[in-house]
Amino acid sequence: MSRFSDLIPTVRAQGRGAFVPFVVLGDPDLATSVALARALCEAGSDALELGFPFSDPPADGPVIQAADVRALQAGTTPPACFEAIESIRGFTQVPISLLVYYNLVLRFGIDAFYARAAEVGVDAVLIADLPPEHAGEILTAAEAHGVDPVFLASELSTPVRLRRIAEVCRGYVYCLARVGVTGTRNDLGAAVGESLARFREAFDLPLLLGFGISSPAHVRAALASGADGVIVGSAIVRQIEAHLQDPDAMRRAVHDTARALREATSLPPTQSEPC
Amino acid sequence: MIHDGRFGRFGGFYVAEPLLPALEALEQAWLDAREDSDFQATFRALLSDYAGRPTPLYRSPALSETLGCTVYLKREDLLHGGAHKTNNTLGQGLLARKMGCRRLIAETGAGQHGVATAMVGALLGLEVRVFMGALDVARQAPNVQRMQLFGAEVVPVEAGARSLKDAINEAMRYWTEHIRDTFYVFGTAAGPHPYPSIVRDFQRVIGEEIRREVLARHGRLPTAVLACVGGGSNAIGAFAPFLDDAEVALIGVEPGGEGLDSGKHGATLSRGELGCVHGSLSLLLQDSHGQVQEAHSISAGLDYPGVGPEHAHLRQTGRAIYDSATDDEALRAFAWLCRSEGILPALESSHAVAAALRLTERFDSDDVVVINLSGRGDKDLAHAMSALEARR
Ligand SMILES: Cc1ncc(COP(=O)(O)O)c(C=O)c1O
Repeated sequence: MSRFSDLIPTVRAQGRGAFVPFVVLGDPDLATSVALARALCEAGSDALELGFPFSDPPADGPVIQAADVRALQAGTTPPACFEAIESIRGFTQVPISLLVYYNLVLRFGIDAFYARAAEVGVDAVLIADLPPEHAGEILTAAEAHGVDPVFLASELSTPVRLRRIAEVCRGYVYCLARVGVTGTRNDLGAAVGESLARFREAFDLPLLLGFGISSPAHVRAALASGADGVIVGSAIVRQIEAHLQDPDAMRRAVHDTARALREATSLPPTQSEPC
Repeated sequence: MIHDGRFGRFGGFYVAEPLLPALEALEQAWLDAREDSDFQATFRALLSDYAGRPTPLYRSPALSETLGCTVYLKREDLLHGGAHKTNNTLGQGLLARKMGCRRLIAETGAGQHGVATAMVGALLGLEVRVFMGALDVARQAPNVQRMQLFGAEVVPVEAGARSLKDAINEAMRYWTEHIRDTFYVFGTAAGPHPYPSIVRDFQRVIGEEIRREVLARHGRLPTAVLACVGGGSNAIGAFAPFLDDAEVALIGVEPGGEGLDSGKHGATLSRGELGCVHGSLSLLLQDSHGQVQEAHSISAGLDYPGVGPEHAHLRQTGRAIYDSATDDEALRAFAWLCRSEGILPALESSHAVAAALRLTERFDSDDVVVINLSGRGDKDLAHAMSALEARR
């Protein structure tokens, strides 16, 4: 049982959905990432989703790609990312999930990656380009070290695929708000409510909705559509990008953006009863 | 997915969830097409009437004299479009039509796959968008113009090294965004399953023709078949029909760039390590933390840090061997073939010729060697001339 098992009961008791921001570790450098994680926690984030920068991220749009480039230019490596997480664990006990690409895990050594993740206090790992069909070794390592293996679900996933995902996914399901890559959008996907209803049937896990959620209005719409929480990446990372010259302003902007999104997580009274 | 897409431990389909339903549908369409005699008849007819198959197997006097045996060039340079890529794009274009997709997308390095996709888009009435690294847009200008003439939109990619790997990333992103109505025509025998198998199936006509023709002329199989390896499509097409014939040496030739120890090369099979990029587990040029390294080659079509999973497997089992040729060697072979045979090879194909020219001691006089001349070099003229000039 990881920290994610308490996430939804805790926020539900407060009449809210969960707010989970995403940043790339090392963007623009690791010391700043740790400071930004602190700002995100101070803004009331319910969990943190942290990316390891990768040279070739095909699931990411321009904003996260640019963050990866900044982090790699700053010399960020997976071992250094783990050390940064150790520092972050020094000031927060919120659940921490990693978002990585498979080659980074493979290269680190699959078992060693999960052992180190567990050691620094990571609760869950989502490998963006690893489908359940190829997850065998990953599941063994995740289980051995008590880390939740998280998988993606999309509105295009067939019933057979959803069953396959349900068999292996633990902690929460990363539900895609839209079919596409990461990035900020003007509106939430039209079919989100329908998809979430299908996911609710298929999974006995918290449903966190991500990809394209970038405003308080999106957060409210996502929770009204049946999500248990939201993951917001590009909208946060854009604040980093906009304040590269001024670390104080960057921290404030990231904090304020997160705060506004977090405030949009209150559920209307009828939905706030514990379920 | 019906098959796991493995070649030994390599291959598979390492992509994000939104792409999987599309890959499953593609696998089904491909398996159906294999059994569909109408599909196969249409494909064969286009290969012959539109693209000009079979391509000649030409006995090269100059190469035969240099190697001291019979040396043939398999003339894929004479295929419509100027390279072997047309075999694959005709096949995938027909698959797209069968699946009801209206739009094709493709990545391209040298521009040959982009041209071949644009051609097929024009032929079948499908919209085409081609992603091409900005560096390659500059060094392969004639192919950009050809794509545009065929009605394709060419999208320059500014990310990373602005070359083939970045074009593939961008094409995969666009595909993810437009998955419902878009068919991704993958240009080489790499990428997620089922692409490595689909591309091999559509390219194996090269090896089938080599086999038939050498048997007819010599009553035996060739001693060796050589082909350049970027992602590996022309090579796997030439090798596939010989995999069970252990007496046929299969030799892939990778881009040695400025030398394997210079760090500036694209010799993935010689110097890569187990890794995962663009949807399959294979060998990969990468740093100690798993970041993909930029490849280097004088030829845009070989400038790729990954390689098709079946080649990784053939190397591991020892069924095929992989050599490399440097930029300088490829340029010398390029100029040499022009002068000695009046044939202008693509810089990619020149790598295979260069490696063959090194094998002077290896063959007996009655041996038969086939070099796959994967494409013609018109696209390379400006780039090759300035490189030759710089080396004078
Ligand atoms: C003429 C020619 N040969 C070879 C290649 C390399 O690709 P592959 O290894 O898939 O045959 C290319 C790629 O653009 C090409 O244009």
